[in-house]
Amino acid sequence: MTAARFSLHRYANPAQFERLASAILPWSAGAAVLLLGTGLYFGLLDSPPDYQQGDSVRIMYVHVPAAIMSEMVYYMMAAAAVAGIIWKHALADVFVKAAAPLGAAFTLICLVAGSLWGRPTWGTYWVWDARLTSELILFFLYLGYIALVDAFDDPQRGLKFGAIWVLVGTADLPIIKFSVYWWNSLHQTSSLFAKGGPTIATGMLIPLLLMIGGFAAFFVSVVLLRVDSELLARRIQAWRTAAGEGAA
Amino acid sequence: MGGHGVYVWPAYGLTAAAFAWMVLSTIRTLRARRKLERELAALGQARRPRREARS
Repeated sequence: MTAARFSLHRYANPAQFERLASAILPWSAGAAVLLLGTGLYFGLLDSPPDYQQGDSVRIMYVHVPAAIMSEMVYYMMAAAAVAGIIWKHALADVFVKAAAPLGAAFTLICLVAGSLWGRPTWGTYWVWDARLTSELILFFLYLGYIALVDAFDDPQRGLKFGAIWVLVGTADLPIIKFSVYWWNSLHQTSSLFAKGGPTIATGMLIPLLLMIGGFAAFFVSVVLLRVDSELLARRIQAWRTAAGEGAA
Repeated sequence: MGGHGVYVWPAYGLTAAAFAWMVLSTIRTLRARRKLERELAALGQARRPRREARS
């Protein structure tokens, strides 16, 4: 525990984090462009249509990566919330605040793209199916966090209540994941993380994995910029506070 | 797209719009804060000689 705490706190220093972020950003941004570019090429042009769904299956290449990211971002936010509450990690709350709008955007992409995929596949844009409903709740959890954090005059109180909100909301994540197994669900079970390996044809699996990688690299790039921006906002606030005290 | 373009292209269009929003809003806010930081730093520099003259 002590060694892990040391390595976590090593990057609690904002200046140290900014040096690390500057080193990572060009690589993550380059990886995002490369992976998304090749994923889009293979997904839209080179991969086969589905024998039942036809070309509507190509929505999978944005819907599934967005769905994965919507959950992964929330998991990361929850881990950071724990780090902030238990170990008082200096960058934890900053990360949670920076990541939330991105998680909300991925969730929206998942919901809308999935809805568009559902119309030709299921004959409907929406059903109150367990998977869809719990994903919609996840979207509201993201929006709730964003609203809650900015609702307090004291930013630190907002971040603290926001962290608690995030942790309470983690109850939704296993429901999203396992709903298709627990209940009779219109949404299909997992083809990517199936027992015995993926059950998707290779011609579809490759662009899907490329797009998942691209979405992840994109998130890393943008969240690094957003954390940098939040740290800057804190410095500006500290200066304003100091200037106000100096004038008084 | 075998008649499914009316579903596929809006899905990709929304994704592109969401990605553009994530990037542009982030960069816009970061640039505004960096500009404000520079202005505050310049103000802090300007105030220092006046404080020194008073003391």
